[in-house]
Amino acid sequence: MVNYDVVVIGGGPAGLAAAIEAKNNGVNNILVIERDRELGGILQQCIHNGFGLHIFNEELTGPEYAERFIEELYEMGIEYKLDTMVLEVSPNKTIYAMNTTEGILNIQAKAVILAMGCRERTRGAINIPGTRPAGIFTAGTAQRFVNMEGYMVGKKVVILGSGDIGLIMARRMTLEGAEVKAVVELMPYSGGLTRNIVQCLDDYNIPLLLSHTIIDIKGKSRVEEVTVVKVDENRNPIEGTEKIFDCDTLLLSVGLIPENELSENAGVEIHPLTGGPVVNESMETSIEGIFACGNVLHVHDLVDWVTEESRRAGKNAARYVKNQLASNGNIKKTYAGYGVRYIVPQQVRVANIEEKLHLMMRVNDVYNSAKMVIKLDDEVYKRIKKNHLAPAEMESISIPAKDLINRSFTTISVELEVEEA
Amino acid sequence: MEKQNIICIACPLGCKLEVEHKKNGIDDYIVTGNKCPRGKDYGIKEMTNPTRVLTSTVKIKNAHLCRIPVRTKGEIPKGLIFKCMKEINKVEISGPIKVGDIIIKNVLGTGIDIIATRSM
Ligand SMILES: Cc1cc2nc3c(=O)[nH]c(=O)nc-3n(C[C@H](O)[C@H](O)[C@H](O)COP(=O)(O)OP(=O)(O)OC[C@H]3O[C@@H](n4cnc5c(N)ncnc54)[C@H](O)[C@@H]3O)c2cc1C
Ligand code: SF4
Repeated sequence: MVNYDVVVIGGGPAGLAAAIEAKNNGVNNILVIERDRELGGILQQCIHNGFGLHIFNEELTGPEYAERFIEELYEMGIEYKLDTMVLEVSPNKTIYAMNTTEGILNIQAKAVILAMGCRERTRGAINIPGTRPAGIFTAGTAQRFVNMEGYMVGKKVVILGSGDIGLIMARRMTLEGAEVKAVVELMPYSGGLTRNIVQCLDDYNIPLLLSHTIIDIKGKSRVEEVTVVKVDENRNPIEGTEKIFDCDTLLLSVGLIPENELSENAGVEIHPLTGGPVVNESMETSIEGIFACGNVLHVHDLVDWVTEESRRAGKNAARYVKNQLASNGNIKKTYAGYGVRYIVPQQVRVANIEEKLHLMMRVNDVYNSAKMVIKLDDEVYKRIKKNHLAPAEMESISIPAKDLINRSFTTISVELEVEEA
Repeated sequence: MEKQNIICIACPLGCKLEVEHKKNGIDDYIVTGNKCPRGKDYGIKEMTNPTRVLTSTVKIKNAHLCRIPVRTKGEIPKGLIFKCMKEINKVEISGPIKVGDIIIKNVLGTGIDIIATRSM
């Protein structure tokens, strides 16, 4: 058994920022465990630009963003293991991991930071009927093949789902000479950022079919065609609107799921809407000393927010190790009211807030001109005017600690007040 | 007179702009639908000289992967994107490479270099 103060599981942007911040806060005995052959996580395959506008004030590509943190980790002398898979985390923070050179590793940590990221939903999870030929990939898998292995996945492509990865891949495949016939989206709005629709689809005249879905896939050994159909407001296919697209490749960009097998097996409570652990103001899960940040906690669209959140997790893991984090005490809850889908964190211990409490949330629909109303129990604390809110864009609110201390309340809620157009 | 509908992408709001081009002697552009001044600049630029950052990959030898990511070190005219892809696809380099190293100098005479976006 080896001992560490803080063990970080996952070496993506979340794990890197958390480890660096833990070290910055006085903990020296840190280990980062990554199952891949290199650090950086999903960013290494996201070669497009659009990362770092908030943190670095410039537009970087994924690998550039990752490299800045990897360099910092090296310079700080933080220990890490590559090609090492964590198999189990126990509630008392023993970690079982495995690699080919050391075999099974048995590691005891004082604090654990979960930063395993997320994985893509697959076709099985959304049940498209039809045959199961080759040529169906999740968009992220295709991205890895094209951008890192130099392997082109197809020539005539249809993309199901308009999340950012799907949009980015529509452009990428086009640039590499493929013909992208359409991006098909079930909802009446895109799941991706507007700038990606403009830069990835409009620029290349790729049609975005909103309120459409795929009802059939045909092909013997390789995909030959897919049938696309319009859906009504209840998302049911409308008969007579079928269109057949001749294609050899179908990319799925139908959502991401936080990767929480390890967390669940450890007994960490999972939130039904985020798919990630329930956490408090310090990014600590339902098990004391186990923290979570990044896509494993809730799916992020901007890596900058991942970095911010993960720094908080790293800092608080350090405070925990140094016995500076008040355990339990007076626990307040956050509540997602009208129009808000979820809020992270779900629990707040006011005594532990340093300066500001940060709340991150997503809305459940597109709203133009609305107010976000923050309430402490029934009392309105603040109204924030928003010109534009969309499910694809995470919102964050911070509340100064001084406004929460010495006030008696049990719930902090956020709801929308929607003005008539 | 020419009118074009453009979605502003200078911020997440995504205003729907209408840019009108009046050619009475001098060029004049009228932008409507923008909620802030940046939208006006963006609208005019999109009408006159739309530019983009291009990202792609280049073949690499002597590295742990066979592709290295690259980008234009600034925006290039939108119309040159596919030509620029052709230039990028001609290149084959050999490791080690540092992030920021120039892979193609002054691509297509634009004054913009193509640089590596990671070390390998
Ligand atoms: C395709 C795509 C495009 C994106 N585009 C943008 C963009 O344009 N701009 C932007 O700002 N953001 C973008 N994002 C979002 C941003 O990149 C992610 O939110 C961010 O990378 C998440 O970081 P993470 O560290 O939580 O997860 P990841 O980067 O996924 O890292 C998790 C790491 O944990 C490791 N791991 C998992 N399980 C184990 C285990 N059991 N043992 C050991 N290691 C393990 C994984 O191998 C991985 O390296 C994009 C995301 C994706 C997927
Ligand atoms: S016009 Fe201004 S407010 Fe509207 S999208 Fe462009 S930058 Fe944003």
